[in-house]
Amino acid sequence: MNVVYLRRRAVNVLTKVLMTIATIAGVFFLLWIMWTTFRFGVAAMHWSLFTQNTPPPGTDGYGLKNAIVGSLLLMVICLAIGVPVGLMAGTWLAEYGAHGRTANVVRFINDIMLSAPSIEIGLFVYAIMVDPMGHFSGISGSVALAVLMVPIIVRTTDEMLCLVGTDMREAAIALGAPAWIVITKVTWRAARAGIVTGILIGLARIVGETAPLLFTALNDQYFSTDMLHPIANLPVVIFQFAMSPYTNWQQMAWAAAFITVVFVLVLSVLTRWFLAKVQTTR
Amino acid sequence: MVNFAVTVKPADPSTVNAAEQSPVKISVKNLNFHYGKFHALKNINLDIRQNCVTAFIGPSGCGKSTLLRTMNRIFDLYPRQRAEGEILLDGENILNMQNITTLRAKVGMVFQKPTPFPMSIYENIAFGIRLYEKLSRSEMDHRVEQALMRAGLWDEVKDKLNQTGLGLSGGQQQRLCIARALAVDPEVLLLDEPCSALDPVSTAKIEDLMFQLKETCTLAVVTHNMQQAARVSTYTAFMLDGTLIEYKETSKLFTKPTDSRTEDYITGRFG
Repeated sequence: MNVVYLRRRAVNVLTKVLMTIATIAGVFFLLWIMWTTFRFGVAAMHWSLFTQNTPPPGTDGYGLKNAIVGSLLLMVICLAIGVPVGLMAGTWLAEYGAHGRTANVVRFINDIMLSAPSIEIGLFVYAIMVDPMGHFSGISGSVALAVLMVPIIVRTTDEMLCLVGTDMREAAIALGAPAWIVITKVTWRAARAGIVTGILIGLARIVGETAPLLFTALNDQYFSTDMLHPIANLPVVIFQFAMSPYTNWQQMAWAAAFITVVFVLVLSVLTRWFLAKVQTTR
Repeated sequence: MVNFAVTVKPADPSTVNAAEQSPVKISVKNLNFHYGKFHALKNINLDIRQNCVTAFIGPSGCGKSTLLRTMNRIFDLYPRQRAEGEILLDGENILNMQNITTLRAKVGMVFQKPTPFPMSIYENIAFGIRLYEKLSRSEMDHRVEQALMRAGLWDEVKDKLNQTGLGLSGGQQQRLCIARALAVDPEVLLLDEPCSALDPVSTAKIEDLMFQLKETCTLAVVTHNMQQAARVSTYTAFMLDGTLIEYKETSKLFTKPTDSRTEDYITGRFG
């Protein structure tokens, strides 16, 4: 057996061992976090969480209804703002900007935005919306979350559209299709799975964001759907209740954390299932 | 009753003497093409005749695909590419044409890699038709069927028109693309190495198809495969380094090339 072969085998084994260790380390912490959330979360679950509002300090109430509804509202409006902007900007980059100077500058700025600290985004929206309005509001919370979400959608949309072959674009154009039809009917469809995944990643990123909401949506002890005023939401409830001295509040914080995780999980599974179905029938 | 009348076969347009009768469909005059600073086509002059298959052969990078891509102005997509000269389609210079959509309806194109759109087989065909016509469901069904028939794909896909086009084999995908191009009734069909990604059986099917299609269409095909050019085409153009070296009837080009470079290429001395 020659030396080259032995050396290759040794390197192969070493690489495999290192990679396995890295995987185990990652999965270990992930499962630990999941397990803790699951253990405390399931123990803290109760039907009244969905029917009662968050209780005032010192009372026996046990509910998160206002925070769950508030969080859903914040997310829906965030998606309504963030998805069109992110999708359009990503599409512009891939289809029109290509690798021109402007597009590359936009990509560079977008990459910086991707890693911008969320608290800074909260402060920014505080300065441009909360301060002029004179009070905290749900809508400013949605805007802050959208600002965090847009760069993720822009990046994935851009990358997924760039993966669609030039051939397919040319084939559509060669039939005489104008650019907007090529984009909406062909390239978006071809990149659909990736684009939706990007939106999901974006959503998962903002579901647990607390810092920007502290500067914008803040919190509300009562049930409200008025987005022009402060609104209850799960992340801020978790933040406040987890650090409170009351046992039932701490329990609710675990429950809220658990609900958030399950929400993201269900959303991912459903979307994947839906995409798989669409992909095979269409 | 026995019919004694002698049936005279119509002259096969692929035979040489019929060639003079075929009118010119596309006339390329003093065409120069640039990719940025690179001069890719140098003073090309040639006539493509109607209802014939014209093959373009030559080594990689000789400009044969570039020439094909000028004929429906697909190069317009890229700002650094430009063409000078004239390409007359039925006498009209397409390089000055304002309505590019009409041009592309008349001049269809099929690419090297099969490119079915991410939609059903039916929708793949209907896509092109919808760009130009608004049809009722039954009319559309008919047109889709017709296009798939012309491309020889109907029997293989008639039971799965609603399934994705991406589920077909490579050869079927390529015929789907040809059907899609045919669905808008083009007068000219440009084929850019349509068989180079396919197996021999699929290649044979597409070659048969080209043979049938020239009855109704004018075909221009770029190929790396000289046997293919010899089998399917009436005329062959040999190109080298952006210039047209020799252009004549296929049978003559392959048996009695006048230029030594053509001879070197077709006998396999380079390329």
